Amino acid sequence: MSAAVSRIERIEGRALPLRGHDIDTDRIIPARYLRSVSFEGLEQHVFADDRTGGGHPFDNPAYAGAAVLLVNRNFGCGSSREHAPQALQRWGIRAVVGEGYSEIFFSNSLTLGLPCVTVDAADLEQLMSRVEQAPETAVSVDLQAMQVTAGDLRVAARIPDGARDALMTGLWDGTGLLLENFDEVRAVAARLPYVSGF
Amino acid sequence: MPRTLLQKVWDAHAVRRLPTGQTQLFVGLHLVHEVTSPQAFDMLRARGWRVAFPHRTFATVDHIVPTADRRRPFLDVLAEEMMAALERNCREHGIPLYNLGSEDQGIVHVIGPELGLTQPGMTIACGDSHTSTHGAFGSVAFGIGTSQVRDVLASQCLAMDPLKVRRITVTGRLAPGVYAKDVILTIIQRLGVKGGAGFAYEYGGEAVERMSMDERMTICNMSIEGAARVGYVNPDRTTFDYLRGRPFAPQGDAFDAAEAWWSSMASDAGASYDDEVVIEGAALEPTVTWGINPGQSIGVGGRIPSPGDVAPADRAGVAEALAFMDFAGGRPIAGIPIDVAFIGSCTNSRLSDLREAARIVQGQKVASGVRALVVPGSERVRRAAEREGLHEIFEAAGFEWRGAGCSMCLAMNPDRLEGREICASSSNRNFKGRQGSPTGRTLLMSPAMVAAAALAGEVVDVRRIAVPAGVTA
Repeated sequence: MSAAVSRIERIEGRALPLRGHDIDTDRIIPARYLRSVSFEGLEQHVFADDRTGGGHPFDNPAYAGAAVLLVNRNFGCGSSREHAPQALQRWGIRAVVGEGYSEIFFSNSLTLGLPCVTVDAADLEQLMSRVEQAPETAVSVDLQAMQVTAGDLRVAARIPDGARDALMTGLWDGTGLLLENFDEVRAVAARLPYVSGF
Repeated sequence: MPRTLLQKVWDAHAVRRLPTGQTQLFVGLHLVHEVTSPQAFDMLRARGWRVAFPHRTFATVDHIVPTADRRRPFLDVLAEEMMAALERNCREHGIPLYNLGSEDQGIVHVIGPELGLTQPGMTIACGDSHTSTHGAFGSVAFGIGTSQVRDVLASQCLAMDPLKVRRITVTGRLAPGVYAKDVILTIIQRLGVKGGAGFAYEYGGEAVERMSMDERMTICNMSIEGAARVGYVNPDRTTFDYLRGRPFAPQGDAFDAAEAWWSSMASDAGASYDDEVVIEGAALEPTVTWGINPGQSIGVGGRIPSPGDVAPADRAGVAEALAFMDFAGGRPIAGIPIDVAFIGSCTNSRLSDLREAARIVQGQKVASGVRALVVPGSERVRRAAEREGLHEIFEAAGFEWRGAGCSMCLAMNPDRLEGREICASSSNRNFKGRQGSPTGRTLLMSPAMVAAAALAGEVVDVRRIAVPAGVTA
């Protein structure tokens, strides 16, 4: 009934540092690319407008193939478009490490199995600097140990317990859970005066 | 023990605690539009699921619909494909669709309330971040992503983490020429674009209690711009009077029963809040954004900040905004020339917004070289405005008068900025590229301020042009 269980415990790969606070979902994927009935091909347009100026980290060959995105605070604010984490994931991002996220971006990412972990600003700066100096550095995001490593650099990471459990048990695609007890759902609905017509 | 509205609504809709620690919440009203739903319906189809509560699900089209030439098929084949997908999905699952050509079509956050679908004490979800608008009625309304749209279609439920509540009290009375838009822009400026993370915002105080439902919707609409996923106002007489007689509101005796339940859902006196903030309403002035997020705003009499004026952590953000906007720090916001004036969006496209703007432009002309358009939030709003002759006032002044849709707020349709144009806009987001040109620039302000800017050709204090008669001092 539900999708195949896929446990997410540890993501390893190279990283891509993307500096800036309050990067909104209109920047991650401009609205005109939402004119589609599917999510396919969104990766071609990730940060499309920001990249017109040249010199964007997503165009830097040193970061090609990166699996871990490093961001600052309030990443993914603005529109609720799931197209934003879809575009990043389809581009190849498998984990995000940042100072903080908008709630909707965080929950959209979680439903896609894309972990967004939080680290302290000073630690993030170290991670970004390390990767900028040596883009080939192996980076890992470990949900078991709640650590992010970059070479010999090791910093503590945070994620709400529920999200961590969902990722590690493979329950991040949660529709099945919501359908398990449909009689209870009906019972709650029946108790609501506006459902029964007052 | 006294509870807040959020706690009461949460408790009434909680199905169970999930193994993930989240709460499974029943969703009383699911609103659907053409942009964030087609993939959700496809996921449903792929898993062989049906829509669980089609009679609690309603759809309309707003984001991609043209506001000028609305003939089908659209010239934009991608937009046409999205329309066709929604039509097919609604037909297949028995979901009412207020389609183009329907007299009730419009922006989802405008039609829900005006049809009486949005009611106090409900949980509401929609695949759009501005779903917070519906909190104006004392509902708890969540903007969600497409996978969650799938969840709600399949189960009528959401898995949610608990929210804290921040009470925001706006004291006193607003001065003439100061509107709900100025209140919410000021709140976001003071509390920050990420200040509301983890919170629902409860708006109250004399200034909010005196507001019409239209004005309360403007405030709740932009809660998400301050990172509060949910914003609400406790339901009161104004709420009930608005709802009475609406097509989906309870009728006859049921309305009295509804009113009693709705009243019981308001926050109790003595409820405790996780945080409380007080804003002095009488001190507010018309407010304009100068930067690239909705928190970067100042009073119309103020000067644009320089990086040196702000805390060290904010300096890079100010510098980035000034560079993108090509504004010099320290210059007054008044007098900045504009190219486009846009009155519309789920924030400010309701009848009272259009009335205030029309009062400003009556008998005047849009400045030469300024492209100006008014896009009513719904076809109901359009017809009501036309009955009052507002369209003639706008057209005589040089504004274009359009059909209902999201239009230039996010430019997924033919309405958009070109190149480096600067737009005085009654919408909700001034992000880089938001209005369709990657280099286009947006100044957010109230509809009356947009009207004033359209006439002057530059940012101007609306109180210098006219004291809007609709507001009592």
